[in-house]
Amino acid sequence: MMLEVGLTHYLVLAALLFTVGVFGMFLNRKNVIVILMSIELMLLAVNINFVAFSAYMGDLVGQVFTMFILTVAAAEAAIGLAILVVFFRNKGSIAVEDISAMKG
Amino acid sequence: MVDFNLVPLLPEIFLAITAMGLLIVGAFHGNESTRAICWASAIGVVVTGFILLGLDWNERHVLNNMFVFDQFSGLMKVIILLGVLASLALSVRYIIQEGIERFEYPILLLFAGIGMMIMVSANNMLSLYMGLELQSLSLYVLAAIHRNSSKSAEAGIKYFILGALSSGLLLFGISLIYGFTGSVDFDVIGRSLMSVETIPQGVTFGLVLILAALAFKISAVPFHMWTPDVYQGAPTSVTAFFAMVPKIAAMGLLMRLLLDPFAAAFDQWMQIIYFVSLMSMIVGGFAALVQEDIKRLLAYSSIGNMGYALIGLVAGTAEGAGAVILYLFIYMIMTAGTFAVVMCMRRNGMAVYKISDLSGLSKNSPVLAYVLLVLMFSMSGIPPMAGFFGKLVVFNAAVDQGYYILATLGVITSVIAAYYYLRIVKVMFFDDAVDAFDKELPLARRVVMLFSVVFVLCFVFKPSPFMSMSLSAADSLFSNAAIMSAPAGDDAQSLEPAAG
Repeated sequence: MMLEVGLTHYLVLAALLFTVGVFGMFLNRKNVIVILMSIELMLLAVNINFVAFSAYMGDLVGQVFTMFILTVAAAEAAIGLAILVVFFRNKGSIAVEDISAMKG
Repeated sequence: MVDFNLVPLLPEIFLAITAMGLLIVGAFHGNESTRAICWASAIGVVVTGFILLGLDWNERHVLNNMFVFDQFSGLMKVIILLGVLASLALSVRYIIQEGIERFEYPILLLFAGIGMMIMVSANNMLSLYMGLELQSLSLYVLAAIHRNSSKSAEAGIKYFILGALSSGLLLFGISLIYGFTGSVDFDVIGRSLMSVETIPQGVTFGLVLILAALAFKISAVPFHMWTPDVYQGAPTSVTAFFAMVPKIAAMGLLMRLLLDPFAAAFDQWMQIIYFVSLMSMIVGGFAALVQEDIKRLLAYSSIGNMGYALIGLVAGTAEGAGAVILYLFIYMIMTAGTFAVVMCMRRNGMAVYKISDLSGLSKNSPVLAYVLLVLMFSMSGIPPMAGFFGKLVVFNAAVDQGYYILATLGVITSVIAAYYYLRIVKVMFFDDAVDAFDKELPLARRVVMLFSVVFVLCFVFKPSPFMSMSLSAADSLFSNAAIMSAPAGDDAQSLEPAAG
């Protein structure tokens, strides 16, 4: 018997991916690049959500929104990497524990 | 109601063309042209302001209802443009002193300004998101603009990571609201929420995520942890900008979002805003007590001030919303003056940031000391300064709606906060003098200080125009909601697809 893949499955998948992204951001103690990957994961989870709702409701707005998110995510990644390069040039490291000159 | 007229968009279009034109000029002439580009940007902002004032301020919906221009967005845009102008004026000399005179700097300020103007005019989740990202992406770069300072790079990284996290939360919230209401248009969302008995769980969850994301942007507790680090690490002129303008835009966005499409979910969001406001006041009050760095102190002060502003939003009335606008405006002007003084804290060409560096300032440079005295009195809410009236109107709005506990705690925390503001005054006037600061006081900085002090002192003589302006702007937000809720009965089908 075939298992039907419905809206719920997509939503659960998206929620799981999003959670993995958030946890990847907070539990990761090693490398800033991993944080950038986690950010991408979160945004892609949102895209799955949008496309799933869009297909379910037969409404194109969700897919248009996804296009915008993809574009902005690219710009965001570019800026994030640029800032990371600046940081590396100053500190010679991109380890998360080195991002701690200021506290209090 | 929908038309394809682009006239209400003219200020944004003009500012965008100015910014892109100046970008080309900068690309050809390099960093030597930074000063000229700064002043050209300032002129561009002023002209944009005049275009804005020349528009018809009656409510207009354009671009397929994605963009709304009404009194509320008009007034918020005027405030935003004033803030951008003040930041540009404060930056010109400072970026040269710090050796960061890159021509991108003023242009990034302009782009952030356009993003913020779109935010306060957004009438659709998509335009909200695009405006917010245009603002945020410019701000990430601005925080890290001092490329040779590891602190600035660190501030940039921290701001970027937490900002990206908040964008992720925002989008997840928007996707849920899209799924459960069937639209990303504010009017449709509002209508479908009005037409249901109970707000669907998914909408509440999405709303919570959106509120969390916006709390990041206005640096309200519990999402404030980036603020002190970013304020401390970023160049002071950028910090001044961060403290003044993006918060106003994010607050304007929050007000439109909560009072217009999510007006029906008042019970849900009121509790969250209540908690956030209370915690911001408490954390802003207590954490600032132990700070030694003036920029970190101002960061906690801004966290606390966002808490006070949110009190007006908790009230959920037009008076409350008007009080928020007035409070933010007064706060912005006080912050501009304060940062103008902080920028003058330089010894032998090096910037110093310790509060103890201010000791004996009244003997070395009495003008700076008295300017800071007036602003600190105003920030701590001592009458008859403007800061007192800002607090008065928000507390008044809360008391009118019966939020006695919140208003009382607000008064108590503002007494606690008065301690650290007055400590600065004590250090300046009663501690032994240390070495004098460099005497240089650029004209633009003087103008900002003068304007800010005169405003703070003279507000008491003529508060009514500001009060009536903010109130009528807030009213336009509510009349919008009333029009929207009227046809709720016959438009109930908008929730059908999601309910199935």
